[in-house]
Amino acid sequence: METISGIFDNKGTPLEKQKFTWKEMAGKPISKLDDDAFTRVRIILMNGVETDALRLSHGIARFNKELRLPLAQIRRTEQHQATMINWLIGADHSPLETTVAYEQVAIEVTAAVAQKEPDPYQAQTYRFGLLEDFDHLYRYSAMLDRLEGKDANNILQGYTDIVPGRKTSEHHRHPENDIRDNYEKDSAALITKIHAALITGAEYQTHDYYMNIGPLFADPLARQLYAEIASVEEQHVTQYGSLSDPSESHIEKWLVHEAMEVYMYASCAEQETNPRIKAMWERFLDYELGHLNVACEWFKKLERRDPAEILAGPLPKMVEFKSQRDFVRQVLAAEVNLRTAGPAYVDKAKEPQSSLDYRNHLASEGLASDIVSAGYQWAPGGELMRKAS
Amino acid sequence: MATAAKVGTNYTGVQMSPKDTKRLLDAVNDIHPDVPGDERGMLVERAERNEEADRIGSVPVPGSAKGMLKTSFDMMKGKSPEVFIDKLGERLAFERNGVRLYEAMIAKARNLDSGNDLVGVLQHIRDEEFEHMMLVHAAMEKLGADPTAQTPSADVAGVMAMGIMQVLTDPRTNVAQCMNALLTAELADNAAWELLIELAQAAGHPNIADSFVHAKTQEDDHLVKIKTLMRRDLIMQTK
Repeated sequence: METISGIFDNKGTPLEKQKFTWKEMAGKPISKLDDDAFTRVRIILMNGVETDALRLSHGIARFNKELRLPLAQIRRTEQHQATMINWLIGADHSPLETTVAYEQVAIEVTAAVAQKEPDPYQAQTYRFGLLEDFDHLYRYSAMLDRLEGKDANNILQGYTDIVPGRKTSEHHRHPENDIRDNYEKDSAALITKIHAALITGAEYQTHDYYMNIGPLFADPLARQLYAEIASVEEQHVTQYGSLSDPSESHIEKWLVHEAMEVYMYASCAEQETNPRIKAMWERFLDYELGHLNVACEWFKKLERRDPAEILAGPLPKMVEFKSQRDFVRQVLAAEVNLRTAGPAYVDKAKEPQSSLDYRNHLASEGLASDIVSAGYQWAPGGELMRKAS
Repeated sequence: MATAAKVGTNYTGVQMSPKDTKRLLDAVNDIHPDVPGDERGMLVERAERNEEADRIGSVPVPGSAKGMLKTSFDMMKGKSPEVFIDKLGERLAFERNGVRLYEAMIAKARNLDSGNDLVGVLQHIRDEEFEHMMLVHAAMEKLGADPTAQTPSADVAGVMAMGIMQVLTDPRTNVAQCMNALLTAELADNAAWELLIELAQAAGHPNIADSFVHAKTQEDDHLVKIKTLMRRDLIMQTK
């Protein structure tokens, strides 16, 4: 695996120079039609990263008086970064179209991460979750076609397949089967920690997005579909959140998160095709290096440890933003029948009764994910085009 | 703001990604739907939910004693005066929204040198929408209904108008696209006034019906103006 090093050496932009205006934060959106789908993928992903940075920082502030001011200072910038990023999504996206884009993020980024993750159990976890988000894309694409009469591929731009994965109706599990084993902080590679922080943040944002927009729909099936899938996203947050070591100190988790943000902005800046957006990624990369340096100083001061304990060593090359169709197809063929028993991955036949009972009750009055996708086969221009031909 | 359609790198269609589309179609052909049936299952479920649903809300009972008496009086005159009140509430909401839509359109047209006093025409229509709004307001008061309440049909009209408002206030939309949005509103508005006049008569309020006739004539004029402006703009671009 090709690696990079020295990414954290730069001091970045000092916090006092990280400034915004309201107008630039609520600036011009990208084009839904003319920008590459991966520009939107990066935008959605990085909004998820920034909102998770806020979440973690607020959590730390609840337990640490001394850190309250520095965390609040950094949060102010990060909230503004999140605004500037999230406001790039144009109003011509219907909430359901944005949903399709969210699932594309989950699929393509989780697939990229799964292939670079050195810890086999963690990689397995990413592959497991991947097949569920892959299926959500199929159900939502059917919903988009059958509710709004739109083709999900207008959003996906051919990069991501629209076929069933592990059936959404089989994602609902008892909580005891959603907890995963965690990495060990002293032996895990930094990239393992970064991946866990990244994917947890991304899934958290997806959950929150579905919870906010689900009630905006009039159609009872759409409302229920969002309820069904939002619940799975909560399971995913539980799953991915349990990958990180709970014995890491608060400040250590902060350091990892800031390192993740640096790594992700660097990945975005490296591959962005829209020059205006690339400039923004580069600017925010420098901002994040500034945040990381503040976190390092507090780590030294409060924990009397060298940040290099956490940050030293090479990282894999940047997260690749590209179609992961081949990998996804392989995983689908090999692992669609995997289920979980506690933290272990087992065959469908061995799924614990606790999950089956839990799921059966929830579905006892009907399942929107089944109803909206019954017989759905994607065709260019939507299923009506297939039926016409 | 864009003023006309232009050729560019629109990535949404399959022709922009033939290789990826082939791979996608291979997947669709290999991996089949895992739930039997088709979209008719949605129809069945929606029909069932329609049966189970509550209403959006109600037409408010008159708040003042004066209104109470008047509505009681009207109750005797018409079978269901609340149907007429609901539609009056809808018209009031629609016209009030219409004023705001034209204000957004004026902002859009302001810096354009269209050579046909587009802003003047829009301002004129905006002012008439305001008059119509006040006309309905007065009619509701006369009937003892509360013109500040949001009736169920007013609420639904607001839902319908959301798309039109989004089109008009998006800085990226051009004049022809916005005219199309206004045309949608004006076509509905025109038919709605026609119906409202008939409803006023059916409910036994000939004076209110008469007062609405002038508004309908003005709405006819709005429709012609918006259609003409839109047609002229697009034909000029197409030729």
